[in-house]
Amino acid sequence: MSDFEKLGPELGLLIAAGVIIIVDALLPLAGKRAWGARHHLSVFFAVVGVFASMAASLGLVLADEPGPAFDGMISIDDFSLFFNFLFAGVAGMIVLGSIDFLQKNRFHGEYLALVLTAAAAMMLMAASLDLIMIFVALETQAIVFYVLVGFGKNERSGEAALKYLLLGAVSTALTLYGMAYLFGLSGETSLEGIAAYVDGADSGTRTALVVATVFLAGGLGFKMAVIPFQMWVPDVYQGAPTPVTAYLSVASKAAGFAVVMRIFIVGLGEGVITSDWANMFAAISAISMTLGNLMALAQTDIKRMLGYSSIAQAGTFLIGLAAVAASDPQVELGSSSVIFFLGTYAFTNIGAFIAIIAISQKIGSDEISDYAGIYKRSPWLALGLAACLISLTGIPPTAGFWAKVYVFNAAIQADLVWLALVGVLNSVIAAYYYMRVVLIMFTREPESEATFQPGISLGLALTVAVVGLLAIGIYPTPLIEVSESASQVFTS
Amino acid sequence: MLSLAIFFPLVGVALIATLPHSQERHAKSIAALAALATLALVGYLFADYDRDAGGYQFVDSTTWFDSALTDFNLNYTVGVDGLSLPLVLLTAFLSLVAILISWQVELRPKEYFIWLLVLETSLLGVFSSLDMVLFFVFWEVELIPMFFLISIWGSGNRIYSAWKYLLYTFAGSAFMIVGILALGFSEGTFDVRELGEIGEIEGAIIPAWGIFFLIIIAFLIKLPIVPFHTWLPDAHTDAPTAVSVILAGVLLKMGGYGIFRMAFNIMPDVAKDVDWLLAGIAAVSIIYGALMTLMQTDLKRLIAYSSVSHMGYVLLGVSSIGVVGMTGAATQLVTHGLITGMLFVLVGMVYDRAHTRNIDELSGLAHRMPFITVMMLVAGLASLGLPAMAGFVAEVTVFLGTFERFEALTIIGVLGVAFAAGYILWMIQRVFWGEPDPRWAELTDASAWWERGPLLALTAAILAIGIYPAWIMDLLTDGVTPIAERLG
Repeated sequence: MSDFEKLGPELGLLIAAGVIIIVDALLPLAGKRAWGARHHLSVFFAVVGVFASMAASLGLVLADEPGPAFDGMISIDDFSLFFNFLFAGVAGMIVLGSIDFLQKNRFHGEYLALVLTAAAAMMLMAASLDLIMIFVALETQAIVFYVLVGFGKNERSGEAALKYLLLGAVSTALTLYGMAYLFGLSGETSLEGIAAYVDGADSGTRTALVVATVFLAGGLGFKMAVIPFQMWVPDVYQGAPTPVTAYLSVASKAAGFAVVMRIFIVGLGEGVITSDWANMFAAISAISMTLGNLMALAQTDIKRMLGYSSIAQAGTFLIGLAAVAASDPQVELGSSSVIFFLGTYAFTNIGAFIAIIAISQKIGSDEISDYAGIYKRSPWLALGLAACLISLTGIPPTAGFWAKVYVFNAAIQADLVWLALVGVLNSVIAAYYYMRVVLIMFTREPESEATFQPGISLGLALTVAVVGLLAIGIYPTPLIEVSESASQVFTS
Repeated sequence: MLSLAIFFPLVGVALIATLPHSQERHAKSIAALAALATLALVGYLFADYDRDAGGYQFVDSTTWFDSALTDFNLNYTVGVDGLSLPLVLLTAFLSLVAILISWQVELRPKEYFIWLLVLETSLLGVFSSLDMVLFFVFWEVELIPMFFLISIWGSGNRIYSAWKYLLYTFAGSAFMIVGILALGFSEGTFDVRELGEIGEIEGAIIPAWGIFFLIIIAFLIKLPIVPFHTWLPDAHTDAPTAVSVILAGVLLKMGGYGIFRMAFNIMPDVAKDVDWLLAGIAAVSIIYGALMTLMQTDLKRLIAYSSVSHMGYVLLGVSSIGVVGMTGAATQLVTHGLITGMLFVLVGMVYDRAHTRNIDELSGLAHRMPFITVMMLVAGLASLGLPAMAGFVAEVTVFLGTFERFEALTIIGVLGVAFAAGYILWMIQRVFWGEPDPRWAELTDASAWWERGPLLALTAAILAIGIYPAWIMDLLTDGVTPIAERLG
């Protein structure tokens, strides 16, 4: 199998993105019918691209030839394949979720092409085994997102994009600085080479390595959106078009975690500093969960609330990462708990945002208090959103329950009982603000009696998400098995 | 067969969910039939249980998930023994009662009955689970139906009460899952049957007493025990009648059952060390609950606080760590479920007619509603522990079992019975006797079949246990004996 075939999932998306741009440019501009044709064609090609990418990933799974490609720049293994499916699936959901938004936007071709490009870049982030490759993928993804955040074409969206760009530049600098340290110390850019150096490092270089890990964690913490690197989250989440917010909150976060797992577990997993970064992540995790939840409690705008809650959720994922290194044989359990959590979170959070898109465009508001009585006006949407929020709370029979049980299990087995306790107490706080939305939707009287239905594309996306999170909730085994096999790339 | 019974209410859920909006008046009939069929299935299991063989029977077990990497194994394992089978029967019985007395619910009936049936499945699952993670799943599933039932169909300060209920329970289960995972990790299994044979927990990452308290705290909140009881009066007062019945009749029993099965059964060493502490808390609960009951002017709050006092007997009996006391405690779980369930049914009927539960406003109702009054006398006398009624059997057994071990605490506990006579009789005297108030001249008695039927069935059950307790106590004794032996 050639290297290019191994890049099939990314190429599928990128080719579709190119086709969309070309078709968009070649078709005549004028006329309402031409606009409609371009709109439909763009969406069609975007969906084809997503399916082509998934088919290519499936081909790689069936070929079962794990190994590095492009001279060790990227790796095709269960871990990267898991994320290939995750990002392609999320991109597909975002395309479906954006169709209504694009009705009001002239630049649908560009938008969809950017969505697909971002997915391809994030796939590369998860697959990279070399600092240079990681940085290229990271920047591609970041630049695409700067543009997407500004797509709302209003003041808020513009402000959000600028904020994201400026803080993103700082995070890039931090990441690069950390990478430069690692390169300077080891003389290698490949993670394997760095791992060999770190494994043999003595306590004399420990300080320098700790500095490198702190910078890397800072830069990548921005992508993962954990405290104290979260300051962009509320404004950007609120200002960006809601489909982009959904994309950021799930895919960009997952990509950040994928890169962190690659760098820290593969590159820095053995040697003197393992416990240092494990403690660092444990602390970041506890702070992110607690502060994220406390700030979410005070929000009145549902997108801001989900923004802060996503900070808290990221803190919960970090429990798994802290568990990876806290004690030696826990690499697989800790990392597979993070991977499993990311998988369930994709269904849950995308579902929640899709429902919010559908509801907010009808009621014209993102205020939580305006969600009063939605159940009477649109029962299925209200039930769908309720299912997602219950899953975020972590109550069975939903995927979120197993995600939390699994990650707490990893923490306890890694002797991090205190972190598990912080985690479970935080889920009680989180229960309050998630269930409050449910309560408002189901018990308050609506302001108007007018009923409404989501469009076909939003309804389809929400159905996929809710069925997915309930299916995982009732029978989590397949996803846990996939997560476990993905996590084995870190030990073999 | 047992799995079929647990999940049978969901068949009703599916049927009701597909019911078109114009036919929603049939939701209650479907729900009643589903609950009746479930009761029949459970009744069959009850009759079919081999009492000579004892132990866990009707066990269904399948692997849910078997980790290749670690000890994180999930199994779907259900089964019942002498301790859980009567509670399963109680659940199925009271669920049917709850559905029947909801016959006149007009507000969103489809959802209402769906949530009641989902609740029934989760409760049956809690009592049948033989795997701690599965137990926890059912324990948590119960939250959502209760949250909706209280917040949508409740009265008064229903939103606040629903919150309080959710957050108290959720906080308790947060600790419990950490305890369960720590236990499962140190022993390599979540199977209750295997864990029940270990006896001493060694090499756990947190000390055994830590695990014990992490797990038992959820049960003490649920039971509830002072000072974790404050959610109960609120939830009871504002919940719709049927939900109060389930809450008092079954949900509190989850706490008692959990203490038996998950705490004392699995960690006997720790239990033996802290029995004095739990018995002390129990005595405080009995007296504090009784005193609070005396002060109440709201009928529902009065019965709610009496539950706090009565559940104290359960904890007292369990803490005696002997077969007699524990049998008494287990019997108290069943009898209190029936008696308090019946009291709530009656209070609900009074409230539906008079639209007030204020004891000071009500007077002379016996003239208007003789049937309800007689029933209230039956339930009230059973509650205060009159011989030949179910409550007497349970409480006397508790005291017999406890006296030897905690003399002073038992005497304090017996005082609670004296208080119970006080608050029950005083309540009946104020509400039903006395001068008939012209305001209540228009009130009607309970006459519909769905009102009288459940009350008569409850009376029959209370008398059946009171007069011939062996049919249920023998089972319960068999159920608690292995646990008591492990402690002894």
